[in-house]
This record gives sequence, structure tokens and C-alpha cells, in this order.
Amino acid sequence: MTETRAVRAMTRRELLSSGVAAGAAMVVGGGFVASATEAWAMETKALQPATMATLIQMSRDIYPHDRIADRHYALAVKAHDEKAAGDPDFAKMIEDGVAGLDAAAAEAGHGSYLGTGWEIDRVALLRAIEDGGFFQTIRGGLVVGLYNQKDVWPVFGYEGSSAEYGGYLERGFDDIAWL
Amino acid sequence: MAAPFDLSDDSVVVIIGTGAGGGTLANELAQKGISVVALEAGGRHLPNDYINDEWESFGQLAWLDMRTTSGDWRVSRDFPNLPAWIVKAVGGSTVHWAGASLRFQEHEWRVRTEYGDIEGANLLDWPITADEMDPWYAKAEEKIGVTRTGGRPGLPGNNNYKVFEAGAKKLGYTQVHTGRMGINSVERDGRPACQQTGFCFQGCKFGAKWSTAYTEIPKGEATGNLEVREHAHVLKIEHGEDGRVTGVVYADKEGNQHRQAARVVAVAGNSIESPRLLLNSASAMFPDGLANSSGQVGRNYMRHMTGSVYAIFPEPVRMWRGTTMAGIISDESRNDPARGFVGGYEMETLSIGVPFMAAFLDPGAWGREFSSAMDGYENMAGMWLVGEDMPQESNRVTLHGEIKDQYGMPVPDVHFTDHPNDVAMRAHAYAQGAAVYDAVGATRTMPTPPYPSTHNLGTNRMSEKPGDGVVNRFGQSHDIPNLFVSDGSQFTTGASENPTLTIVALAIRQAETMAGMMARGEI
Repeated sequence: MTETRAVRAMTRRELLSSGVAAGAAMVVGGGFVASATEAWAMETKALQPATMATLIQMSRDIYPHDRIADRHYALAVKAHDEKAAGDPDFAKMIEDGVAGLDAAAAEAGHGSYLGTGWEIDRVALLRAIEDGGFFQTIRGGLVVGLYNQKDVWPVFGYEGSSAEYGGYLERGFDDIAWL
Repeated sequence: MAAPFDLSDDSVVVIIGTGAGGGTLANELAQKGISVVALEAGGRHLPNDYINDEWESFGQLAWLDMRTTSGDWRVSRDFPNLPAWIVKAVGGSTVHWAGASLRFQEHEWRVRTEYGDIEGANLLDWPITADEMDPWYAKAEEKIGVTRTGGRPGLPGNNNYKVFEAGAKKLGYTQVHTGRMGINSVERDGRPACQQTGFCFQGCKFGAKWSTAYTEIPKGEATGNLEVREHAHVLKIEHGEDGRVTGVVYADKEGNQHRQAARVVAVAGNSIESPRLLLNSASAMFPDGLANSSGQVGRNYMRHMTGSVYAIFPEPVRMWRGTTMAGIISDESRNDPARGFVGGYEMETLSIGVPFMAAFLDPGAWGREFSSAMDGYENMAGMWLVGEDMPQESNRVTLHGEIKDQYGMPVPDVHFTDHPNDVAMRAHAYAQGAAVYDAVGATRTMPTPPYPSTHNLGTNRMSEKPGDGVVNRFGQSHDIPNLFVSDGSQFTTGASENPTLTIVALAIRQAETMAGMMARGEI
């Protein structure tokens, strides 16, 4: 990712050891959220790092694509942190939303949303808030934020722009063989 | 060369909009030696500018001015400020149309007679017959270069079409082919044959698809009789004490207002903006808006019965490769009330990319039911269903009571609720669409709800009697002789076919009529 400048000075090991585990896949620390397994970390500007980690997990639970890595979900929700930096009301709405999700998870005996180990249980927590503004803000942002990332299109087989290659006239527009 | 006309020149025909209707009318009049000023709200984008990227192109071309929606249609819930997906640019929606160029069927010019009295439907026969339209359709097909007409070959079928055709034949459908398309199948009129690029909705980068932006408009400008003013958004049509229109007020790119005088005004801003402009032009003499003595301006808004079916197969299809609308099944377009509804529908292949699929497959849906469908994208085939919807007086474009646009003019509200006939037709179409794909081994089929409207029709409808509609059989307003409507808003009923060919045929015919009226001094 491109958002690694501030944490580049640290070695990956130092970085991960400075943070605490957030669910199974992420680590959060002072002003950053990082993957426990992938080579990326993201600074946060306005939202709590743990909040960003929750949004990333929540995004995967909303549009689960098992072949898409966490960094794409992280990129998809980054805009919320940027908006929150200039809009305190928005920041509060997001922080309150995550706090509410964590409270519901605690009530269900899971501790927190990120501590809820199984997707089926996290999805149940999301179903309970799906008509609310917080959920719809996150889900709505993902429609473009996730699916319009050119890097994820190959996962779907989608080839994107074709005019610069002369279209598909000589590149398989009618190559179907199984019919 | 493009002629500059003076703002005070009251000998010109002012055309508002440069799409299928306005752009065609502008060139036809210019070719006849008539001075034309065409005012286009958007800018000029040509094939080199078009972008093979759905959202980026949407930002470049779409009409994104504030609009509101109401009524029961799902678009109002999912896309409350985007009732229609149309273009704001020179060429209007001919920049993003798919190219389907179909004539109405004979009975579709007289559906009140054919269908009888349908409760809740404001049906009316057109004041034109199929026989009368035949030669105008032929001229329109020649102008556009429609495939499978005039001896022109059809386009080759892409992967999406091959799946569709195989399923159709297994079901026993017989009217199946790669369409009558406004896309060159061979080089013609200085434009190349289709390169099977896909992205027809984003503007054809090879110019193989007909668009007024790079056909009618430059041809008209070359006569020296046509001036196109870009970023000229018309706010109001003005009239004199005799009740005839005298000019229009428009805002330029900087928001400065100008008044262009006119001998004749032709409105061609699509079926939302055209009635909005007539309503926003209300005056002491015409308190309900111009040309609105019937009260029908803005009413009978039609958007076609639409829906899509996407299907996932065990093997790849790669439907996005090649022509977006690559073929048609016309067997269901007949009127056969035994199916439980009047009128009919066409089935046409359609493909959208991953970004738009995510937005439109099932707006608002989430979880594995949705994401697993997206995971099947590479193996997906798709079709669009487009049928005749019932005109209803209560489906209408009105002026919003409070919200104003960037120029201080009330924004339009688009109210729509399906007629029971529309609902019954859609259910039938979904089932038949799924059956086409099931016949060739689909493992999953998905009914997809209507997109924001691309076919916007009927809000200034044509009628024999002044009390029944807004314009006469030539698109001339019943109330004001030198005020015309030249776009799809003049449609009396919508038929089951994509509307562009009919809009173009009516515009060619209107130009002939208008020129005669001007020569005789009637207008």
C-alpha cells in the first residue's frame, strides 16, 4: 500500500510487536492498523485504529470475497477516515457505530466485533443494524470503494478497458467453446 | 463552417438539446438552408475523449443535476436522486445508447384501439399510422446505417449472444438474431466497423456506433447554417403578447444569463427536462406552463417495462467482450393478452462491467448471496427485458416545491409507479429470460430490477385532439404554433421497442414539416 510512510522506519517485527492483536488478521497500534499476515499497514488520521480494523472486518463480512485480500477492504474504507478528519459529526457517527457493534457483540458473549470469531455470528450482528445509517454508510461506500478497484477486477475475471488493445475483435469476443 | 448567430437574430430556429431528436432536427434543417442555433446544456465530448471505465465515464457524461423521485418504483428507494441515466453532452443520449434500432409494430401506433380500455391506463392511439411512418423509418435507417436494413449486413455475435441464441433456439424461439443496430457492421459514412470493444454505454471510442455528436452535428455545422452553443442550459422559453414564443433565456458555463431570440423553438431535452422547461416557463398568460392547456405536460411519464436476467454457468462466458447489446429475441414482442397482459417485450443481450454489476445487480443487497453472484461474473451471461408500459396520468414530472438547481430554477420530481400490466409483463419476462439460460445449463439465474431509466418517454405526448395531449401529429404544440417538441417526450405510447429510431424518424419528418410551414409563412 502507499500509506506506509510513517511506519516504514520501523521494521515489520517492531511494528507488529508495538501493537495489539485486533481479531485474527489485524494488529492495531498508535495511529496505525496493520495486517498480521499481509505486508501492509495503514495510518489513521481521525478514527481510532481499532475502529478502522473493525471497519475492515465489517467490510469483508458485508461483501465476502474469499479470494480478495484484506488490503483491498482496507483501501475501500480508507475514505471514511479521510472524511472523518474534516467532519467531526461524521467521525462521531462512525465511532458510535463501531461502539454499538462492539456492545452488541459483548452482549452476545463475544467481547467485541473483532473478537467474534465466526462470520455467521458477525453477520447476525450486522443484520440487526442493516437498516441504520452507520451500516448503510459503510455498505454504500463499498459498492464503489471495493468493486471499482482495478486491482480486484482480475479476481472476477473482468478485463477492464479494451479500446487501447483494439477491442476484442481479434481477441476472443466470440471464443466461447463449451456451448 | 459553424455559423455564429446574433443573440437578437429572430430569424433562427432555436433547438434545445442535441440528442437523437434535437441533433437530427438541427442537421436536417441546416441541410435545407434554415438557420439554427442549438443550445446544449453539456459540453462536447468526442470518441477520443470517451473512457472505457464505467464510473469515470459516468462522471464525464451523465446528467447529474439535482432531481428527486417519488412513487413506488424501486429506483426511488435505491437511487432517489438518479431517476434516469441519460447524457449531458453534445449528442445527448446518442453518446451512450446501445444502438438497438427497431421500428414499432403496426398495432403499436394504435394501442387504444388494439388493447381496448385498460383500467388506470391513459391509453391513446397515435395520430400517425405505421404506413405513414414507413418512409420516415427508411430515411432514419439510412441515416443511422442500421444493420440488417437497406442491404447492410448484421454484426457478428459475441459470447454473450451465442449463449442467448442457443438458449432461445432450445426454447423454440424463432425471431433471434444479432439485432438491427445503429453500429457499423462494415465501414460506412467515414466511420469504421465495430471493433467489439464493449463499453457501448460509455461512448464508442471508434465511432462505429452512430451518435449525433460526430455525425449530424458536424454535418450540420459544415453547412454554415448551424451554430451549436455548448454549456448553454435553457432556463425559460419566452413569448410575446400574441402568445407565440419569441426566444429563450439560457445560462452559460459561468452562469451568466443570455437571451436568444427565435422564430421557432423546438424542445428536445429528454422527457424529464423538456416538460420541466415548459412548466418552468409559466407566465401570466400561461400560468400552468407553456403548451399546457390540456394539463398533460409532464404526465404519462413512461420508462418502458424493464428488468434484466443474469445467469451463471459452469464455464466462462466473458459477456463484456464485444457489443454491449449484441442480439435480440422478438418472439415475445407481439400482443397476446392470453399471457396475462397486453403489449409485449423484447429480450436483448446486455452486459455491464464489475463496477456497475456491483451497483445494479441487486441494489442494497449484501452478504454471501450477493458476493457469490459477483464471484460468478466471468461465467455470467445477461439480457435486458424491454416492453411497453402503460401510460398513467399520475406518473409524471412535476416541479419540486422547494429544491432549486444551480440557476435557481425548481428541480424536477419524477413520480412513477408500475401499472398492474407492467408488473404482470415483468414477471413473465423474468420467467422467460431465466428459461432461455436454463435451457443451456445455467446453474443460477437472477432477476435484476430496473436500472435508472434510459428510455424516458411520453411527458409531452402527441394527440389528435388538443384536449388529450400537448403536441399534434408533427410535434407542434396544440397551443403555440411556433413551439415544437422533438424528443421522446412526444411519444403517445411507448411500444416495446427501443425508442431512438422512432425519435430520429419523427425528427426527420418534423424537419420536413417545419421547413414547409416556414416557407409558407405559417410560423
